[in-house]
Amino acid sequence: MFAYLVRRLFLMLVTLFGISIVIFFLLRIVPGNIVDILFAAAGYVDPADKAELEKQLGIDQPLVTQYLHWIGGFLRGDFGYSYVSEKPALQEILPRIPITARLAGLALLFSASIGIPLGVISAVKQGTKLDYALRVVSLSGLSLPSFWLGLLILTASVAMFGQMPIFNPNPKTWLEAFATYAVPAAAVGFRSAALTMRITRSSMLEVLRQDYIRTARAKGASDAAVNYHHALKNAILPVITVIGIEAAFLIGGLIVTETVFNIPGVARFLVEAIRWRDYPIVQNLVMFIAVVVVFANFTVDMLYAVFDPRIRYTD
Amino acid sequence: MRSVWALAAMAALSVLTASTVTLAGEPKQGGILRMYHRDSPANASILEGATYSINVPFMGVFNNLLIYDQHIAQNSPDTLRPELAESWSWSSDNKKLTFKLRQGVKWHDGKPFTSADVKCSFDLLMGKSQQKLRQNPRKAWYSEVNEVTTNGEFEVTFDLKRPQPSLLAMLASGYTPVYPCHVSPGDMRTHPIGTGPFKFVEFKANESIKLTRNPDYWKKGLPYLDGVEYTIITNRSTAILAFVAGKFDMTFPTHITIPLLKDIKSQAPNATCVVEPTNVSTNIIVNSTSAPFDNIDIRRAMSLALDRKAFVDILFEGQGDIGGTMLPPPQGIWGMPKEKLETIPGYGRDINANREQARKLMQKAGYGPDKHLNVKVSTRNIAEYRDPAVILIDQLKTIYIDGELDVVETANWFPKVARKDYMLGLNLTGNSVDDPDQSFYENYSCGSERNYTNYCNKEIEKLFDVQSQETDLAKRRPLVWDIDKKLQEDVARPIIFHARAGTCWQPYVKGVTIMSNSSYNGFRYEDVWLDK
Repeated sequence: MFAYLVRRLFLMLVTLFGISIVIFFLLRIVPGNIVDILFAAAGYVDPADKAELEKQLGIDQPLVTQYLHWIGGFLRGDFGYSYVSEKPALQEILPRIPITARLAGLALLFSASIGIPLGVISAVKQGTKLDYALRVVSLSGLSLPSFWLGLLILTASVAMFGQMPIFNPNPKTWLEAFATYAVPAAAVGFRSAALTMRITRSSMLEVLRQDYIRTARAKGASDAAVNYHHALKNAILPVITVIGIEAAFLIGGLIVTETVFNIPGVARFLVEAIRWRDYPIVQNLVMFIAVVVVFANFTVDMLYAVFDPRIRYTD
Repeated sequence: MRSVWALAAMAALSVLTASTVTLAGEPKQGGILRMYHRDSPANASILEGATYSINVPFMGVFNNLLIYDQHIAQNSPDTLRPELAESWSWSSDNKKLTFKLRQGVKWHDGKPFTSADVKCSFDLLMGKSQQKLRQNPRKAWYSEVNEVTTNGEFEVTFDLKRPQPSLLAMLASGYTPVYPCHVSPGDMRTHPIGTGPFKFVEFKANESIKLTRNPDYWKKGLPYLDGVEYTIITNRSTAILAFVAGKFDMTFPTHITIPLLKDIKSQAPNATCVVEPTNVSTNIIVNSTSAPFDNIDIRRAMSLALDRKAFVDILFEGQGDIGGTMLPPPQGIWGMPKEKLETIPGYGRDINANREQARKLMQKAGYGPDKHLNVKVSTRNIAEYRDPAVILIDQLKTIYIDGELDVVETANWFPKVARKDYMLGLNLTGNSVDDPDQSFYENYSCGSERNYTNYCNKEIEKLFDVQSQETDLAKRRPLVWDIDKKLQEDVARPIIFHARAGTCWQPYVKGVTIMSNSSYNGFRYEDVWLDK
């Protein structure tokens, strides 16, 4: 197990190093840099001023030099300065992380707490009206884009209540905090919940057909004991995998949701930073996300062993 | 007796009512004006900006030497008012402009304002100081200024190479605040210090901009507001819904398109909405340095093919203006009268006849029903650019030109245009003051950085200077019209239309005036107040 852990950690480092190279060079392939954008916005370009500004920002250096400068700084904890705001990149990124983390966490919680029970119910009640209704709900969750759902929620709340949830960056109570995050989390988590529900349902159906379930029933175990103790415990592995993958994919949905609900999180900030070619922000933020995703995958793998004692990691 | 009491009660009531009416009309102190901002500006330095994304939130931080009256919608020489300058005078030869400065004015950090600050600001703009602006988009405005000299602490003189009465117009633009000498241009980008009615509090990129009342403002009793807060919302639908739900007191100025205006009026019927021209023209930039548009016949044919009214009808439900380079009257004070405009090829009302003429020119250039000209129509990836580009392509089909839309990301747009790596471009040109000097020199003079097409006509250049020196408005206007007509006939940068846009605010917001011939100069907000 220890050797496996060491090997996994080494592979994680190699993966992150590869990602750093990909991020850096992909960003440089995109035409234009911050200086082009600033001058484009000003409607003119003075070649001397442009060269001076590129020199100031260090983007006139060879790419390899720029990469080494960045990655060296990153490893030392020096994340540089935002080209746009001229503030330290870390100072720009850090306050936004908890906002997105809370939103993502709540969306995943929404996804698991709605998706898993409904998936179980749908499987247990297979072929009933309730099953069909739940399948329609899950299908709609997969079909509705989160930006559309978000706008629908906003429009409905204005039309029906004359109110609109505006993000409150400094909630004073838990209730205020929940009110701030719940609606956008539901909008972004709906798709995840639908996916979780479908996977839970199909996984449960597969397990419910197994011999040991029939044996448990024959031994007189209650429906609840069969469904939740014997079946769900065995059906949950693919669900955990999907939730883990969803955690990584959630950032895509959050970009749109943060834009629609005007939430100052890292996801929307990342898109804005890309638009401005704000390299220090984009590079460090994407690396941060990569670290989270790589560790999320690692955690999911470790959770397998917790939920399924048959799984043992060896060399 | 009962009737006497009734009369007395009625009298008392009428007095109360009258006084209430009076009170309701008098400005009240206090309250935060909450607005959304359509975009996150690059920084807070107006002198380095070229978009009103910067002017709108930060104009209230500063003062100019003089300013257009903030309560008269139409900017004109008659509406110029003193600000940091108490008065100004021209020398007899009109080559020296002297300002007497206001005394006792303080910067937001408590330092005194003096003539040195004025000199510093304009030396910076003219590129004569040691410190440099990162960008200086309006350097050309001061090309006729030799130098700015101080005469004591409270007098400053602009020494000109030749008379240029329009200099006053440019000094009054929202783009021309006076900066303090003791703050570096870099610091002005992140924490601007001004003398204006509002002090800068905070600018969080993509999030918010906050200003607070300047308690030491030199205009006693102003501003009325305790502050102004902008929430940056890039999604237009979200922003408008929030306005409708009462989360904001006002929309971002001129952010409401004509089709959206109906939605707002139906969802927020109490809102006050105005529609005004923005002095932003939608035009075609033509790469006349290479084939096929180096052929004047093809350029003229393209110009003749334009059905400008169709653009306005489709995009703005008829609410737009057709004109030349200068914004047409009545809002524009320099635009050609209709009868002169309609004498320009392509501006005549008979579109079919124009296009017939265009087809003949195309055939003369070797194109026809069997041989179409294929062109790329490049434009920025923004709806305001893309939508008219699509209509343009459709209209060009009528004269044997097959257009292909080439959508360019904003970051690459200007470098592409500067490289002349385009055939036709659909472009928007914003005029920060309604003045021929700003428009002609910036967009059409030989070698100007914003003359994207490299149009260069030495004869017209001389006429630019003639009109620029004319101090009599009545004599200057026809000179400007003649130049504008020539620019259209030369197909220098064919103007398609001048857009209008809407701004809405809640009924309790008072004292807002949206400028009708510039969307850059009306955001001091020192006498805006909230009636609640």
